[in-house]
Amino acid sequence: MIEFLQQLTNGLALGSILALVALGYTMVYGILRFINFAHGDLFMLGAFAGYYVAPWVARALPLPSLSGALVVLAVSMLVCAIIGLLIERFAYRPLRNQPRLTMLITAIGVSLFLENGGQWLLGAAPKRFPLLLPAWGQWKIAGLTMNSNQCVVILVTTLMLLALRFIVLNTRMGRAMRAVACNPDAAALMGVDTNRVIAFTFALGSALAAAAGVLFAINYPSIDPLMGILPGLKAFVAAVLGGIGNLPGAALGGLIIGITETMVAGYISSTYKDAIAFAVLIIILLVRPSGLLGKRENDKV
Amino acid sequence: MLEIKNLVAGYGSIIALHELSLTVPAGRIVTLIGSNGAGKSTTLKALSGLIKPMAGTIFYQGQPIGGMPPHLLVRQGLAHVPEGRMIFRSLTVLENLLMGAYQVRDASAIRKELEFVYATFPRLKERASQMAGTLSGGEQQMLAMGRALMSRPKLLMLDEPSLGLAPMLVQSIFQKIVEINQERQLAILLVEQNANRALEIAHHGYVLETGRVILDGDSSSLRSNPQVRAAYLGGV
Repeated sequence: MIEFLQQLTNGLALGSILALVALGYTMVYGILRFINFAHGDLFMLGAFAGYYVAPWVARALPLPSLSGALVVLAVSMLVCAIIGLLIERFAYRPLRNQPRLTMLITAIGVSLFLENGGQWLLGAAPKRFPLLLPAWGQWKIAGLTMNSNQCVVILVTTLMLLALRFIVLNTRMGRAMRAVACNPDAAALMGVDTNRVIAFTFALGSALAAAAGVLFAINYPSIDPLMGILPGLKAFVAAVLGGIGNLPGAALGGLIIGITETMVAGYISSTYKDAIAFAVLIIILLVRPSGLLGKRENDKV
Repeated sequence: MLEIKNLVAGYGSIIALHELSLTVPAGRIVTLIGSNGAGKSTTLKALSGLIKPMAGTIFYQGQPIGGMPPHLLVRQGLAHVPEGRMIFRSLTVLENLLMGAYQVRDASAIRKELEFVYATFPRLKERASQMAGTLSGGEQQMLAMGRALMSRPKLLMLDEPSLGLAPMLVQSIFQKIVEINQERQLAILLVEQNANRALEIAHHGYVLETGRVILDGDSSSLRSNPQVRAAYLGGV
């Protein structure tokens, strides 16, 4: 039982990171009906932003420390939000009125550009991510071991999910996002500058991916320009699993994939953990093609 | 208030409007009637900025507005209730109405408009916290109109408000249009297939055929015009 709970905690930490990335996929899909395949690379860029920002932060604040780590996290999110805006503005917006396939192929191109450009610019060899959080050690709660990093990851992601929920449900911009997702033409007729809303969505999604990248690197401190590929793919799977376009679905999907993966690695075989995570996807989609929380899309009459 | 001259518009290479000209005076109800594909909806879309005019001029309150994006036109006081209503189905009724006031920043002005809309359509108040997608057709039409009123328009454009509604409801929706026009001194451009009803409440009418104005005049003269009676008023 203790071991099971232990695996569950590990899965929760991994799953919440995937959830942050999955939210970006699902938000952009909800608004543009388009899968941004370059999204996983924003995760990688987030980790690298953290890598380069950390020495600067260390001049002003003690590092490792919680406050220092949060500043590194915030700056990385900001940097990636700007990169996300640039990608949207220069790669996707000019193609907005072209067939959707054009944008999809472009997204794959952007992804390859970031991965290979990253290898060229940042170096292909893995880098050691700096220590951001002090090792407060491990806590034993009723026999359960939690290390401080895991606690921070779970806490920070929970706060971000709540913040995102607040933005989407209770702010003017959030309402505009939902309106554009529902019907872009009608939203424009209400006075919504749809370009701005779409740009904001990209910025928000990219910031969340960056946060995920930094949190991931805190736990697995070896970073390289290709590190975003597999987590990006899994987060995409998580978004589809939960019902793409549905925000709670993406969070749920992330947790399911994360927990399944750790359980499989713990109880069955760590070699097959990815394969089994994807098998879960296939099985769930066979039963519920629109995802766990997704609504069946009726054809518009 | 609104003056269109030689407007050409369409979709891709298909031209739907051929040099269309019309005027909407302040405080008046003007109707565009005509059969399917005559270019009525296209005219409204060009006015609200959903499609860009290919040629011609649109003057609104003395300013050229042709080719401006929709979100800027709303700020100028143009509101378009599109065909099929296009309500935000997964937002609540209240959220839909608040979207209508998206470009209004003053919270007390928004509250005032909301009260006015609720007074005009009491049903919307009852359903305020309900998802808009669960409303009936008539309620959705009220919501679409209420949402447009929330932007405090000076010119309200309605595209087929009677579409798919029971005759009783059509009656009450048309009554509301007259009420809104009189209470707020609002100019209304009404597109309708139900020519009979539209001419009953409008001051002036234009008859469109394949993207051209073939006839225009005050509505009583159109109603007695034999050509209009034969083609659009059921021939009696």
